[in-house]
Amino acid sequence: MKIVVCIKQVPDTKGGVKFNPDGTLDRAAMLSIMNPDDKAGLEAALRLKEQYGAEVTVITMGLPKADEVLREALAMGADHGILVTDRVLGGADTWATSTTVAGAIRNLEYDLIITGRQAIDGDTAQVGPQIAEHLGLPVISYAQDIKIEGDSVIVQRQYEDRYHELKAKMPCLITALSELNTPRYMTPGGIFDAYDAEVTVWGRADLKDVDDSDLGLKGSPTKIAKASDKVRKGAGEKVVLDTEEAVAYLMGKFKEKHII
Amino acid sequence: MALEEYKGVFVFAQQVDNVLDGVAFELLGKGKDLAAVLNTEVTAVLAGSDVKGLADKLAEYGADRVIVVDDPELKEYRTEPYAHALASVIDEFKPEIMLVGATAIGRDLGPTVSARVKTGLTADCTVLEIGDFPLNPVAGEEQLHNQLLMTRPAFGGNTIATIACPYNRPQMATVRPGVMQKIDPIAGAKANVVEFNPGFTPNDRYVEILNVVKAVKNTANIMDAKILVSGGRGVGSQENFRLLDDLAEVLGGTVSCSRAVVENGWQPVDLQVGQTGKTVRPQIYFAIGISGAIQHVAGMEESDLIVAINKDEDAPIFDVADYGLVGDLNKIVPALTAALKAAQNE
Repeated sequence: MKIVVCIKQVPDTKGGVKFNPDGTLDRAAMLSIMNPDDKAGLEAALRLKEQYGAEVTVITMGLPKADEVLREALAMGADHGILVTDRVLGGADTWATSTTVAGAIRNLEYDLIITGRQAIDGDTAQVGPQIAEHLGLPVISYAQDIKIEGDSVIVQRQYEDRYHELKAKMPCLITALSELNTPRYMTPGGIFDAYDAEVTVWGRADLKDVDDSDLGLKGSPTKIAKASDKVRKGAGEKVVLDTEEAVAYLMGKFKEKHII
Repeated sequence: MALEEYKGVFVFAQQVDNVLDGVAFELLGKGKDLAAVLNTEVTAVLAGSDVKGLADKLAEYGADRVIVVDDPELKEYRTEPYAHALASVIDEFKPEIMLVGATAIGRDLGPTVSARVKTGLTADCTVLEIGDFPLNPVAGEEQLHNQLLMTRPAFGGNTIATIACPYNRPQMATVRPGVMQKIDPIAGAKANVVEFNPGFTPNDRYVEILNVVKAVKNTANIMDAKILVSGGRGVGSQENFRLLDDLAEVLGGTVSCSRAVVENGWQPVDLQVGQTGKTVRPQIYFAIGISGAIQHVAGMEESDLIVAINKDEDAPIFDVADYGLVGDLNKIVPALTAALKAAQNE
């Protein structure tokens, strides 16, 4: 079985968020990490590899620096790493990103593609299903459990109040939730080997069946009109009241805010 | 793509088990505002099996027209038949705006459909307005009017971006549930129903549903909860979490907790908020008996509204709370639960 895992290098927004004195985001001070949902997707692939035997290829699109997350993936146990990087791919929205990644995956053999549900920088959850659409594959989003049965996958697909147990014929694409598992650590030997490993680097010319007009900033249907760092809110109101007054105060606020 | 051919504001009226989701009404409310500015109509797209009976309810909440795609293949949500339904409606009826709820269904359906009809999609919007793109005139660039401007948080809520989709139609957005206001229902409104069936031919992309398992209370995902009632060391004991359970129940919320509570064995780790737990962004976060260590705050500070109850006036949780009550949680929490219950019964 051949599994392709799509991963992304992201700034660590969970816990490690740093701010400038004016309340804006201090991006330079933030660490780059492998996106957590993607890491869960990689872990799921590695477990399928252990259980059923599989060749795991990780692919990322990004700046040359994104090589770091590929090596981390190799150190965890992935077999091959592919970095898709090119100036003309910069500024891509989810449409252009998914078009690019699909163009790269068309060069590969695969039974299963696993992506994270969403990246913690954009939080869109769009790229996985859009890759599936470009490749004409069945997609199962929000996977909380993955099993293989013959030429099919059996997946628990999470919703707000239930899950569906779904069966899809491979090849197909699954988007993984970080709750799926607890990713393993890199092994010391793995780290050592990963830094010597060969990572394949692809550019625009290596993308298959993709038009220039669908790539990068120009190929992105969505355009940013305005972006700003959110200035963090300070403390609100603090009151010291007896119980009855405290409850009345809060009920008044809830009414004001149309909560009740 | 001749952009001017695309007219009208469409909303996807999500239903599960033939019950309309609240977000459908919220989208209709917002859709009505946008349609008024554009001098056009609001259309609800209702897909499912045997769902025609829900059309009038959509009219009551502001739909001028309801397009019903009724087919046995649409009984349970599956990406493919639903994407085919919605993409076919877009191809046939050509809306200029298509809104979908940012639910576990909408966040799968939206991207699939946007890729199929080749248009942009902006995720998890919290503000939608009609305006110009670019916002201000730029020399040498035509400023387009009557564009949908979609505002959304990114970077874990640390940045805010406003997005337009000027050269593709429809302009698509998923919209965060609970943000937009529904209108007061117009009793007796009747829908102008248009039935449309593009034909459904199962193929490998129609996945098979083996089982539908509805969640039991204990598997609540605190990351999806709209209201979290979170307790800390100050709650005092496992038994005393009953006070929080009661408050959560009356609000339709979920109980969560701080790390100290997990370490004391009062609650399972699944419910832990914070740096070593989960990052949550509910509409309301109650921090009850939680001092507010930075590691905890990192996991909840992006909540829309934070209410803190703590007996220690200097607790750091008050620095991030919108409303802070200094006092005894053992008195305030049950009294608040009772007051909310009374308000609901009014």
